[in-house]
Amino acid sequence: MADQQMTVMTGNEAAATAAKLARVQVIAAYPITPQTSVVETLAAWVESGELPAEFVTVESEHSALSVCIAASTVGARVFTATSANGLAYMNEQVWWAAGARLPIVMGLANRAMAAPWNVLNDQQDSMSVRDAGWVQLYCRDNQEILDTFLQAFRIAERINVPVMVCYDGFLLSHTVMPVSVPDAAMADAFLPPRPAPLTVVDPDDPRNIGAVTLADPRADAEGTSCHGYMEIRALHHQALLSALDVIPQVDEEFAAVFGRAWGGLTWEYLLDDADVVLVAAGSLGTQLTVAAEALRAEGMKAGVLGIRSYRPFPVEALRAKLVGRKGALVFDKALSYGYEGPICSDLRAAMCGVNDAPLVFGAVCGLGGRDVSPEQLADAARRAVADVHAGASERPTDWINLHLEG
Amino acid sequence: MHEVRWHGRGGQGAVTSAKILADAAYRSGFEGVTSQPSFGAERRGAPITASTRLAHEPIRVLSQVTEPDIVVVLDDSLLAVANATAGMRPGGVMIVNTTVAAAELGLRDDVRVVTSDVTGAAEAVGLIVSGQPMVSTAILGAFAAATGLVTMENVEAAIGHAFKGSAATRNIDAARISYECTRA
Repeated sequence: MADQQMTVMTGNEAAATAAKLARVQVIAAYPITPQTSVVETLAAWVESGELPAEFVTVESEHSALSVCIAASTVGARVFTATSANGLAYMNEQVWWAAGARLPIVMGLANRAMAAPWNVLNDQQDSMSVRDAGWVQLYCRDNQEILDTFLQAFRIAERINVPVMVCYDGFLLSHTVMPVSVPDAAMADAFLPPRPAPLTVVDPDDPRNIGAVTLADPRADAEGTSCHGYMEIRALHHQALLSALDVIPQVDEEFAAVFGRAWGGLTWEYLLDDADVVLVAAGSLGTQLTVAAEALRAEGMKAGVLGIRSYRPFPVEALRAKLVGRKGALVFDKALSYGYEGPICSDLRAAMCGVNDAPLVFGAVCGLGGRDVSPEQLADAARRAVADVHAGASERPTDWINLHLEG
Repeated sequence: MHEVRWHGRGGQGAVTSAKILADAAYRSGFEGVTSQPSFGAERRGAPITASTRLAHEPIRVLSQVTEPDIVVVLDDSLLAVANATAGMRPGGVMIVNTTVAAAELGLRDDVRVVTSDVTGAAEAVGLIVSGQPMVSTAILGAFAAATGLVTMENVEAAIGHAFKGSAATRNIDAARISYECTRA
């Protein structure tokens, strides 16, 4: 397409490019590996005038998201990005942004949480805020990063819920690959300016934003009954559930303009006749496609089901894809310590009590940047299938490429 | 799929080389290209690696290259400290920045060793930063000459995309000199 230009770029450059194409008005971010070049790139564009936005330099991630909250409250389209401990440092405001129903888009270059200190990839950081009320989308390559950020603004502004676009640190953030970059007119056709903001600050119409809201509904100064905390939270939950419809819709609208679609809530590879389904979120899914091919070459009917939307969790979509299969092996790059991988737990719960549901097993891999090869992923599937043939209906989480001995 | 492993020292520009190569390869007709640094904390002077993959379909492997068919060594002092031939496929190509003849490097005899005085090429055009010759772009000329996988025209276009103005010109000149002085 003449209005899209192929460029070889990193995932971080794809993220920054998407923010520019989205015509973000306010950026506030604090550099942290591996997100740093997103901030550097955007700062350079703001400095040169290529991106007419306000870049607010801050002393911490907590302030970065605070600035975004303020700017979004008064109607600006805002962007920030972080990783791991930066996300942890802004944690209070992560919850505030969601509860205040602000359509902020945040990039998360997934990185391991300290301690021990580590700057490399896993998905423990985003998993730690999965319950905060943001939409969480996971990307499998750099093209999907650029495209998902553009979709994220549209999703966020349609339902007034912030969206976290998660992509694997280093594996995507620092890896170059060809990315089709649309021109500004094409991006504008898909993503018009932010609709009328949720809240406008007007001196002639003073109002209290973020007021204390107690347990029960109560009347305001004019006598109008206002929601209590629980009603506001129920509406927030409903908005997130509505994203189960909005995310696929936006993906279709995106495809109509750009000629690319990403599957909406989930994506699949060689799934049609698959007995054994390999499940993951993010770039691990890309590697699983290679593993599935290797397993097919040996006669195992393997396929891949990728999770694009982790919150909201696409229960119905996953059931529809998995009922009737023999087994699903979930690969998590995170752990709920003392239990198991978070995606594995969620998938087990989604399948519980469903007729003809597959056995669901879990594997943990790639923590703190441990290299994961397609061969290791295929081996994990072979082990799981062998255990089932040996009569196992339960098994402990399989830790891939772990070397505790000596 | 061609798999390339880069050996350099922190600050020498191996990651930059790998990125520009990916661009040059894409321009040379490889629809699928990736380049990635070895992931870790980079320290100036410490041995580092980077990985590049070139194919005619999208690359779906994101792990580090461990069985390369092409190895590029930006600094021949690394031959003594980094196991640059580790995992290399027999029949592969090893490209070394050195003034020493290939036969005298004492490397595996089941790989083709190609040498180029890349440092000399960088020095010839004045690509010196803080007293260090910058070999990251010049080495791409040797890569083009040794493998034929990318054309010099596309190497030059990719360098021109990464650098602007006189910096682009000097980096392109260095790559041309390195291309010319590449010896099998």
